[in-house]
Amino acid sequence: MAYPMYEVDWSVLPPEQNRRSVIKLIRVFSVDCIPIGLLLEQNRRFNPAFNIATIKQVVNEAIERVRMPTPTRLRDLIRQIRAARTAAEERSVVNKECAYIRSTFREEDSVWRCRNIAKLLYIHMLGYPAHFGQLECLKLIASPRFTDKRVGYLGAMLLLDERQDVHLLITNCLKNDLNSNTQFVVGLALCTLGAIASPEMARDLASEVERLIKSPNAYIKKKAALCAFRIIRRVPDLMEMFLPATRSLLTEKNHGVLITGVTLITEMCENSPDTLNHFKKIVPNLVRILKNLILAGYSPEHDVSGVSDPFLQVKILRLLRILGKNDAEASEAMNDILAQVATNTETSKNVGNTILYETVLSIMDIKSESSLRVLAINILGRFLLNNDKNIRYVALNTLLRTVHVDNSAVQRHRTTILECLKDPDVSIRRRAMELSFALINGQNIRSMMKELLSFLERSDAEFKAHCSSAMVLAAERYAPNNKWHLDTLFRVLLKAGNYLRDDTVSSTLQIVSGAAAERQAYAAMRLWTSLERSAVSGDATEKQPLVQVATWTIGEYGDLLVSEASNAISMVDEDGVDDFVRPTEEYVIDVYQKLLWCTQLSITTKEYLLLSLAKLSTRFTTQPSQEKIRVIIDTFGSHIHIELQQRGVELSQLYRNYAHLRGALLERMPPMDPAPGAGAALLRDDSDLEPDAPSPDHKPDQDALLDLIIGSDSLTNGDVEHKPSQPPPSNSSNDILDLLSGLELTPSAPAPVALNNNKDVGAPPASLLLDGLFASPALTQLAPPQELAHVTALDKNGLLVVLGVQRGGDSVTLTMRATSTASATLSDFLFQAAVPRTFQLDMMSPSGTVLPPQGEITQVLKITNPSRTQLRLRIRVSYNVDGSPVLEQAEVNNFPPDLFN
Amino acid sequence: MMQFMLLFSRQGKLRLQKWYVAHPDKLKKKITRELITTVLARKPKMCSFLEWKDVKIVYKRYASLYFCCAMEQEDNELLTLELIHRYVELLDKYFGSVCELDIIFNFEKAYFILDELVLGGELQETSKKNVLKAIAAQDLLQEVCELDIIFNFEKAYFILDELVLGGELQETSKKNVLKAIAAQDLLQEDETVDAALREVGLL
Repeated sequence: MAYPMYEVDWSVLPPEQNRRSVIKLIRVFSVDCIPIGLLLEQNRRFNPAFNIATIKQVVNEAIERVRMPTPTRLRDLIRQIRAARTAAEERSVVNKECAYIRSTFREEDSVWRCRNIAKLLYIHMLGYPAHFGQLECLKLIASPRFTDKRVGYLGAMLLLDERQDVHLLITNCLKNDLNSNTQFVVGLALCTLGAIASPEMARDLASEVERLIKSPNAYIKKKAALCAFRIIRRVPDLMEMFLPATRSLLTEKNHGVLITGVTLITEMCENSPDTLNHFKKIVPNLVRILKNLILAGYSPEHDVSGVSDPFLQVKILRLLRILGKNDAEASEAMNDILAQVATNTETSKNVGNTILYETVLSIMDIKSESSLRVLAINILGRFLLNNDKNIRYVALNTLLRTVHVDNSAVQRHRTTILECLKDPDVSIRRRAMELSFALINGQNIRSMMKELLSFLERSDAEFKAHCSSAMVLAAERYAPNNKWHLDTLFRVLLKAGNYLRDDTVSSTLQIVSGAAAERQAYAAMRLWTSLERSAVSGDATEKQPLVQVATWTIGEYGDLLVSEASNAISMVDEDGVDDFVRPTEEYVIDVYQKLLWCTQLSITTKEYLLLSLAKLSTRFTTQPSQEKIRVIIDTFGSHIHIELQQRGVELSQLYRNYAHLRGALLERMPPMDPAPGAGAALLRDDSDLEPDAPSPDHKPDQDALLDLIIGSDSLTNGDVEHKPSQPPPSNSSNDILDLLSGLELTPSAPAPVALNNNKDVGAPPASLLLDGLFASPALTQLAPPQELAHVTALDKNGLLVVLGVQRGGDSVTLTMRATSTASATLSDFLFQAAVPRTFQLDMMSPSGTVLPPQGEITQVLKITNPSRTQLRLRIRVSYNVDGSPVLEQAEVNNFPPDLFN
Repeated sequence: MMQFMLLFSRQGKLRLQKWYVAHPDKLKKKITRELITTVLARKPKMCSFLEWKDVKIVYKRYASLYFCCAMEQEDNELLTLELIHRYVELLDKYFGSVCELDIIFNFEKAYFILDELVLGGELQETSKKNVLKAIAAQDLLQEVCELDIIFNFEKAYFILDELVLGGELQETSKKNVLKAIAAQDLLQEDETVDAALREVGLL
């Protein structure tokens, strides 16, 4: 049932009677919900006796009559939903209304579409599906009425996702409305474009937006400028067309235009170094605008508690920071104004602190005068003591960003920062923790570690992993001596529990194995105390890394643990307590047995335990303990887990057929080569567990071999090249290798080297067990697709991005390999690529976002090219190094010409 | 750049959501749910910032409503607080001491105001007056086309007829056009009243 409410055919309703009085009455009653067509009909039969009561009655009747078939009003629906007492009741109201709305959509009811969409938007906010309204929104947008458009665009912003077909339709609507004569219609279209611009939409509408930036109307100008900002975000390629129009934005008086202009320029400068240089010349303009803001008297329009337009000030300060970075001349030009802002801004309110915060960041980032830096650090010092939590957080955040610039200045606030580690607020704790790690050096390592250890103990799970690895790293870098280093590592093991990352275990073992004999005995004794305690108290399952390290160490140096000869070693710990009790051999084995039969320990841990136990059979001398060990090992011959069963069987053979080999096989391992720096790199991140950076002519089958060794899952996966990343080593499969080859075969080492080392070590059981692995038939099946060529896409600041090209019909597969020779870890690594519009690009997910020194990130790109033209590729690489973001762009044109044929 | 803004009540009910990044609906819901729980779990004395996934959450409570923005790492957190405050001020001015119910029943207006303040995740207007002016003008525009032209379409014809005759402009003074219309209205009204009175036998 459609009422011709908004499409009244005026000719059929001659103004035969004056309706004004009636209409006025109607307005008094609920105006916006009555289909006027009917009312007017009503009116024609209406006897115009000007008795107000009669009129009221008639109108009331009319309203009641026409109300019935009309949809519920938005307000009424909201009331109904709010009146629902239970979730089920609410659901039934919503479902009924949704069914009704659907039916009106089906009937193409254009009269009530606007109201129905508004209701649907409310329902959508409650979390119910509303996607069926997408097309109706587009119909509303296409309507000439402003109300329809307003609600339609609102719906589009809320309901539309990036689906291709809908987007094509809305692009056309937007194009129409961007050319409208009504500024508000243009405004709606721009607002929508800014919120939901997809790359395709951005490309299609960029020229319209560029035209609107030049509009004389400030209302449209500012919106168009922000649209341009979003377009460049989505499609950086489109930046150049906006450059000419952007320059003039800063000459405007209107603050809306100014702030959007500054935002746009900031984005452009971050986008490309060339543009950054291009905009260097606007520094004086920005300084002038900022100066005017500060010096201008009170202007009610832009005042926020006594500060003139803080929003604009902050945006300008940020742009100045970007322009002045690494540029002495530009920095010089802004020194004075920064000093002025830093000294003149009032700090009693949040607004003032907002501006100071931004100013400090700018001062620390540009090449500013030293006096200015002192001023900035002092401001931060004041911030740190502020009562307001928000300001304290900001201070910590800023100190973290400036700590690399001026470490000694930040050191002065060390006590306050350590105090923040105890704050109940997680945001502040996290910042304080990161800052504490940045402050550790050779002088303060002992006291800092003490604080951090107690922090680690009481911190939440989410901090434990990060905190413990950072502590291990710091200990490695600044340890004053070997004993302290070992003690710290053991404490971290104890306190971080299972949150400790796997790599810490192997690196700790490496350190123990490289230590002097006396230290090894000390380690075994110290770890025994912890192991025994957790075995007795039953919390070993929460401290599995500790169990692993302890059993390995005890397995290797068990003779020193039980021998009276090591009585001379002092076991007094930092608190002056000596709680070491020398165990008997049998007690050690009892503890082992208890742990081995504990069902909650992981298989990996049990593997450690079992092998360690076997080793103890050659370390311990008494007959009963030997017997006990044999019995335990034999029981594993029928263990339900195949890995443990195999070990059980193999090790028990060492008591039978191969008893003569046992002594030699289970000999103590030679010290592991700590490979300078490798340990540190190993600890830094998971992504380190990948092969060394391959050179451009790196053969893929090397990777394949490594895959074979590292991950058992790749045994069945011949198509190694298509895997975006090396699988992170799974514990169960590589730990035998770890154990048997004496940890030489840590996954971070490239495979061939590892194999050689393995031979050097000459541990017979290693090759015994590995034989089975290497004889895998998968080795011969490996036929990695041939890479046609390697194209170097980027080679800058130690970052090398190489694209391996593989052909396949009208599509190519590019394997991006980013390798870094820089000394610092690159975090938040993001690789983006763009192709001309005739191509289609699919990007697989990258193997990681953190690129450690010598590490590698891979990502697979699939490009389809129906037109078979020469491939061009634009790439953009962004990452953070030492906390500062870096952005690189390049165009890759040197692909082999016969790529598609 | 702001990635999204959420308004939710102390009971965890979503009141407004504005996304400036394209996520599938499912992900949006997941983020919303997780975030609401996380923010509501924080104590009132804690700071307004929260590092959450790869974004920085800046939130502030006004009466029973939480205003919660997800910003990028580079953004100034304190300024975001000002932005939230500005939005609250605008809502307050528009609704006249705003409360949660205003936002529930007029959520579309709350969206419209936000869209005049922020575009594509960046602030577009620093003058409160300008935002409210733009909203008022659009409300009026909505009113004009929805009510006046529809209810009084014949008046629109009359006005046009006073302005243009036979396709040519006939009067350049606005005042004169309106005077003519007013005079005719008066005439018409008199006639109607006369007719009505005659009908009921009073005349």
